[in-house]
Amino acid sequence: MRKQIEGSRAVAETVALCRPQVICAYPITPQTHIVEALGAMVKKGELNAEFLNVESEFAAMSVAIGASAAGARAYTATASQGLLYMSEAVYNAAGLGLPSVMTVANRTIGAPINIWNDHSDAMSQRDAGWIQLYAETNQEAADLQIQAFRIAEELSSPVMVCMDGFLLTHASERVDLPTQAQVDAFLPPYEPRQVLDPHDPVSIGAMVGPEAFTEVRYLAFERMRQALEVIPAVEADFGAQFGRGSGGLLKLYRTDDADLIVVALGSVLGPVKDAIDELRDGGVKAGALGITTFRPFPAEAVRVALGDDSRLRRLVVLERSLAPGAGGVVTGDLRAALATGDGGPPNTIIHTVIAGLGGRPVTRDSLRHMITSAEQGVLPEFSFLDLDRHLVDGELTRIRATRRSGPSAENILRHLAGRT
Amino acid sequence: MPYQRIKFYQTGSFAAGNRLLPEDLRSVQAARTRSNTLTCGHRACQGCGEALGARYALDAVMRATKGKLIAVNATGCLEVFSTPFPETSWQVAWLHSLFGNAPAVASGVAAALKAMGRTDIRVVGQGGDGGTVDIGMACLSGMFERNDDVLYICYDNQAYMNTGVQRSGATPPAARTATTPAVGQEPGNTFGQGKNVPLIAMAHEIPYVATATVADLRDLEYKAARAMDFHGARYLHILVPCPLGWGSSPADTIKVARLATESGLFPVFEAEAGEVVSATPIRRRVPVTDYLRLQARYAHLFRPGERTDVIARIQASADRNVSRFGLLHDHHPERKQPSLNARTSPEGR
Repeated sequence: MRKQIEGSRAVAETVALCRPQVICAYPITPQTHIVEALGAMVKKGELNAEFLNVESEFAAMSVAIGASAAGARAYTATASQGLLYMSEAVYNAAGLGLPSVMTVANRTIGAPINIWNDHSDAMSQRDAGWIQLYAETNQEAADLQIQAFRIAEELSSPVMVCMDGFLLTHASERVDLPTQAQVDAFLPPYEPRQVLDPHDPVSIGAMVGPEAFTEVRYLAFERMRQALEVIPAVEADFGAQFGRGSGGLLKLYRTDDADLIVVALGSVLGPVKDAIDELRDGGVKAGALGITTFRPFPAEAVRVALGDDSRLRRLVVLERSLAPGAGGVVTGDLRAALATGDGGPPNTIIHTVIAGLGGRPVTRDSLRHMITSAEQGVLPEFSFLDLDRHLVDGELTRIRATRRSGPSAENILRHLAGRT
Repeated sequence: MPYQRIKFYQTGSFAAGNRLLPEDLRSVQAARTRSNTLTCGHRACQGCGEALGARYALDAVMRATKGKLIAVNATGCLEVFSTPFPETSWQVAWLHSLFGNAPAVASGVAAALKAMGRTDIRVVGQGGDGGTVDIGMACLSGMFERNDDVLYICYDNQAYMNTGVQRSGATPPAARTATTPAVGQEPGNTFGQGKNVPLIAMAHEIPYVATATVADLRDLEYKAARAMDFHGARYLHILVPCPLGWGSSPADTIKVARLATESGLFPVFEAEAGEVVSATPIRRRVPVTDYLRLQARYAHLFRPGERTDVIARIQASADRNVSRFGLLHDHHPERKQPSLNARTSPEGR
């Protein structure tokens, strides 16, 4: 049924259709609307699940671990600092092979404290062993929840569904919500691979020494390799049953004849496509590559999509998080995927553009300018989109001039306020 | 799963034990039909109080739940010595996740069982004092205040033994640990710090809180079983001497635990809904020095000269326990016998 609906509400209603049995909630902006809605459904008796208001995100993931090990379908949602606070349990859930699903309403990480969107939170957990799916729209955010439970339970691996905080969570869009019967037909009841059962007691979570740790970790690697097959299969099945494309490994947009491709994750793909359409009208052969599955990184699919195309000249990777001291997280994975035996990818120049940190809007104008600069060969290999160079230089000058220059964030805000 | 049957050893002993008692008066451990939750072959040290306490507590809980039990373990000695895979000593469905989250994981298990309509299966969370009073405190308090249907058992050996005897929030004053060494003007742990988790648990007004020691194993069994009479959050705090960390003889584990209670340093009591309902009287009161002298962690209080000032402060804390919990009074309400059928927690919590 099509509805004009807030992203968080669409996700909550879809999660409810997945029949989660244990939901744990701890508030953090911009995720709160999701668990609030689920909590209300449980309280009203519309959703038959246990809803736990826990004392921290660390406890939320721990409850999910216990619930999943006891054989229940477990769900939670978080963002930003919350994801970091639960990080130890995030790794543990994956290490134990317990298939819970978590929605991450992507928000940056402090300091400076900031509640707005970028991908710093999820990127910080990229090696935790969770499958990471990034939604482009609210329709996809909702659809991915259903696919996530199916993928998680098939592989016995937890799945993180990432949706941009505020940009998606708080945006009201038209979303086609499935019926209970549709979801039931797609998502069978949870059949755990391992379960705590007093009639057949097993020990889960034993210490593993050097004699077998590598082999256990290899299985985590192998599970991710399997995920590269399961995710497209689930995407195809979803498409067949629900009649729309959602999920999968990659999204290709006008890449066939493109000699410049913007690579991005999440909702920014919308304005990227708009900018590409406008530039194509002016004769620029640009396209976009959306990465829906970031973990496991679909290296082979990327190679096939971009591979040995001799026309290909430039990739512009739009990074929604910063890896200080390295640059961009996605660029590194992309470069490795395209690398040949000789080193770098052939006929390809890769640009990294750090964009939209802490909620800075990524506008169509800025994207158009970025693409044009790349096309003209003037875009640096590494840059920040819409960086206020004057503000940065002012603070760098202060730091050089005075030992006790004070807190930089506050200095910059003061400088900015004085400018008007 | 292969099941290790119980073995009774009684070689060279003239102790008749309680197997001469009528069946219904015998301890859980004396019953041939008991479970063997923590079976032999584990790697605990000689004289380990925790291994002893865990076996008695869990077998009593297993009997109370007719074997329908899931145990969640915090990281620590108990976890490490019990599961050197491919061997495991656990003959109970058992899950270890992390150091600081055992109460929350146990809450998750309980929530799942409720969601699946399997509330006949009960849940125990357990850990050492580090995992309970320090790093697990937030999860423990959260589990308490939500009144989740979990019995949490803390095996208190008063320091981080698994990592090499460092101070925890349960380490008593003046005790030597690796991070409170016996050097300087005030050797050992500082006075006026630390947490009393049984009292913190009572402040949550959860249905049942109790303390016990491995010196009185019948009392320990009673309390573990009694805890299963209630639904909701329950807390059992068991003093378990650690020969390695305390510098006591492995043969003295039970003696040391008994002196902890007989001196008044470790009050043994039970509380329901935030009120103390019984305290175990001291039969033969001893000065704290009887307890302290057996442990090398207090050796600096006696050599080179006796630190009478420090000992007096320790004695004062024992005296306070004696008056606070009425440990010398001989009139105590009749104990409630644990029933085999669990009942719900009192109304109006």
